[in-house]
Amino acid sequence: MNNLLDSFSNFSYRNKNFIFLSFLILPLLWLGIVYLGSLLIFLGHSFFHLDGFTGQIVYEFSFKTLIELFSSPANIDILIRTVALAACVTIGSAIIGFPIAYYMAKFTSPKVKIFLFIAIMLPLWSSYLVRVYSWKLILAKEGIINWFFEKLNLEWLLDTILSTPVIGGPSLSISYIGMFLVFTYIWLPFMILPIQASLERVPNSLINASHDLGANKRQTFYKIILPLALPGIIAGSIFTFSLTLGDYIIPYIIGTSKFFIGQAVYTHQGTAGNIPLAAAFSLVPIVVMVVYIYIAKRMGAFNAL
Amino acid sequence: MLFRKGSINKLNQAGLGLRFGAIAGLLFLHIPLLLIILYAFTTEDKTYQFPPPGYTLKWFEIVLNRQDIWNAVSLSMQIAIISTFLAIILGTLAAGALYKTSFFGKSSITILIILPIALPGIITGISLRSTFGVLGIPFSTWTIIIGHATFCMVVVYNNVVARLRRTSPNLIQASMDLGANNLQTFFYVILPNMGTAILAGGMLAFALSFDEVIVTTFTAGQQTTLPIWMFSELIRPRQRPITNVVAIFIMFITFIPIVFASYMASKTSGSEGSIK
Amino acid sequence: MLKALNLKNINKSYGPIRALDNINLTASDGEFFSLLGPSGSGKTTCLKVIAGFEAPDSGVVSIFEEDVTNIPPFKRHVNTVFQDYALFPHMNVRQNVGYSLKVQKIKGSSMDRKIDEILEIVNLTGYDLRKPSELSGGQRQRVALARSLINKPKILLLDEPLGALDLKLREKMQVELKNIQRQFKITFIYVTHDQQEALSMSDRIAVFNNGKIEQIDTPANIYSKPINSFVADFIGTTSIFDKDSAMKLFDLDKAFSVRPENVVILETKEDLATINKQQYYITNGTVTDCQFQGSHLKVTYLIDDKCKLRVFKSLEGNINQKYDINTKHTIAWRKSDITTLNE
Repeated sequence: MNNLLDSFSNFSYRNKNFIFLSFLILPLLWLGIVYLGSLLIFLGHSFFHLDGFTGQIVYEFSFKTLIELFSSPANIDILIRTVALAACVTIGSAIIGFPIAYYMAKFTSPKVKIFLFIAIMLPLWSSYLVRVYSWKLILAKEGIINWFFEKLNLEWLLDTILSTPVIGGPSLSISYIGMFLVFTYIWLPFMILPIQASLERVPNSLINASHDLGANKRQTFYKIILPLALPGIIAGSIFTFSLTLGDYIIPYIIGTSKFFIGQAVYTHQGTAGNIPLAAAFSLVPIVVMVVYIYIAKRMGAFNAL
Repeated sequence: MLFRKGSINKLNQAGLGLRFGAIAGLLFLHIPLLLIILYAFTTEDKTYQFPPPGYTLKWFEIVLNRQDIWNAVSLSMQIAIISTFLAIILGTLAAGALYKTSFFGKSSITILIILPIALPGIITGISLRSTFGVLGIPFSTWTIIIGHATFCMVVVYNNVVARLRRTSPNLIQASMDLGANNLQTFFYVILPNMGTAILAGGMLAFALSFDEVIVTTFTAGQQTTLPIWMFSELIRPRQRPITNVVAIFIMFITFIPIVFASYMASKTSGSEGSIK
Repeated sequence: MLKALNLKNINKSYGPIRALDNINLTASDGEFFSLLGPSGSGKTTCLKVIAGFEAPDSGVVSIFEEDVTNIPPFKRHVNTVFQDYALFPHMNVRQNVGYSLKVQKIKGSSMDRKIDEILEIVNLTGYDLRKPSELSGGQRQRVALARSLINKPKILLLDEPLGALDLKLREKMQVELKNIQRQFKITFIYVTHDQQEALSMSDRIAVFNNGKIEQIDTPANIYSKPINSFVADFIGTTSIFDKDSAMKLFDLDKAFSVRPENVVILETKEDLATINKQQYYITNGTVTDCQFQGSHLKVTYLIDDKCKLRVFKSLEGNINQKYDINTKHTIAWRKSDITTLNE
């Protein structure tokens, strides 16, 4: 036994890469066959199409489904609506997340930093559904936001917001502004952490040097800190953007009757049985993200991860 | 350090605006979670009235006696435990293979590991569902586990790779230099050093699996996991007070591994954010 | 003398980079042998080949006349002190030091005795239960040393072991290392980029450059008889005259170097009269820089508008002496003090 082990050790001494790569077999089989295989088969369906009369999938290579996706105004509406919301959510999280990240990276003691770190990790990892549910409580007509506006005698303000076209709706829990709030809340930690990481890497001496050269706090922020945090913001935006693009639960629970990409995929594969169109819809967030990540990579966002 | 607080160095202190922004952001993150706790005690059972008209503990008692909920809890637990176990094996192996070697196609494999969590859950879910359909595999607890292990793997992988990168490669050389063979090096040096990272990754994988709803929706047949039960209540609220209590329960079940994992990760690595 | 270590025609490439280019060297039993060179010169790779962490592309590594080229590190009777010490962070001092006994399944009182003994030698008695993170840099260094010595290896490899320590501690550890080596009577292969350290501690030095060994010799010979301009320039302070300048100024057909302490400054006619002109090279230079160095002045001259010459001028007697920039002096050195160089 010992001899066998020794000769194995001798062999692995000479063939380090072989040993390392043998580790890879199991995960690779799992991901390559179970996952990637399924994924490609499903996405490949976007090149098949549904027979209009029989309702059966025609397994013939064609662009019919993709053409259908981009030629129907209703579908285009869904795509634009989703991308616009994802963009708003991204900008919203960057604005809300930046102060926390900045404060964490530059103005705290190590102990406070660990505390804040856990304070941000907790919502990130705790139950997605429960967090969405909490906003159902908050946005409800009899919920805390309405109560708050009532107490301040600002009901007119809330009504004005809700009666604004596009973002408004019959109540906060059935409106785009409600969806925006929930999405921003859910994905915010994904924005804070990369910004914090990128700011952490800005040496304090750089900020001191800027002050030393005569820049005031404001100038230092806009000329030094913000540009150096940009890769972090972009890295964070990859998460917030892509997660919003593909989500169907929040629009389902908080949204209006108008569809988003996730819901379109869900409905087409489910009740409509139109797997080709569902696959075509699924391609959109993937393609958008590939393009987005490519641009982000060119801008150096991945150095911040 | 002492001079930081001095008046000369005001430039190094956070301005009022920044403090306000940071505190507001933190409140935004945490008030919803606190509200969940508050609502579990409300006496109101038809609406989400705020502030609650009264407080009671009776919903907890009712939940305790609801067998359907406990069945869902136990199913979710089983799934999370088995998925975590698989994810630990697969993720650790992948991390060990990829962290130092370089070969053609390595970056594609790295992307492949991250893909299940990077792509929207619905795409992963439907892909697996249609494959199970084509292969004639009936939906069961095991189909759910296959889906969960796939996206939990990356969490373990990330934690272990982060730890491996921080570990001096000389440690392994030092162990061999002092006469330990591969097996001894693995058990005496690599595993004790990786142990907390693997455990932290496993904890997060557990939390992730316990709470997952989207992939589960597509890979489950008639099984009702706790998140699926919760989701149906979210769409058609029928038992609001009970949902409130279950929400607290889910929150705490996931809190424990997360706090534990953060502690594990920070214990050996400083404040480095390895549980991202 | 017994050959402790023999490297024969060792080559190692990383892709297009030749890290080791036909290395040949032999170290005797009990010798303190240094591998000296700038960073990236191949000295650390050479150490890794000896330890067995890297397999050479070709060539033979022998330890006490036994070919170990294909033997993995854990079966070579060689131990290494790593540059970053590589102490196991999850083990305390005692566990770290006893690691090699543990993997050999040596247990109980003989294990305890050996650990106590070695901890006493490196002055760490009482630190047994501390973790590496609770030790200072110097203490970690000692733990690493004790851990490698406990097995009484035939050869100890040290990879810039003092590089992370501050100057005072480094000088103290140099003395201790030398004492330990005498006490254990084992061969030390010592990698360093610090020429002062190599000169003061070694029995012999191999000077590395670009993956090749330029010269192997005793410190005194390396210093006084450098084989080429790289060695001359890398070891100590020196001034090099290339072939053209040597020919023009001194009618010599070879490049040469001269050490700054061998040059005399002749400020007056009387000074010039004191030397024997047959035995000296004499020339004129302009002061371009003059630095106070404590015991001496370091004066830089420009000769013939292109050659730089450094001179150490002793300050005995007149500590406040200094030369103004652009002063012109006659300078000279003994013909026997130059080293001719193969370019």
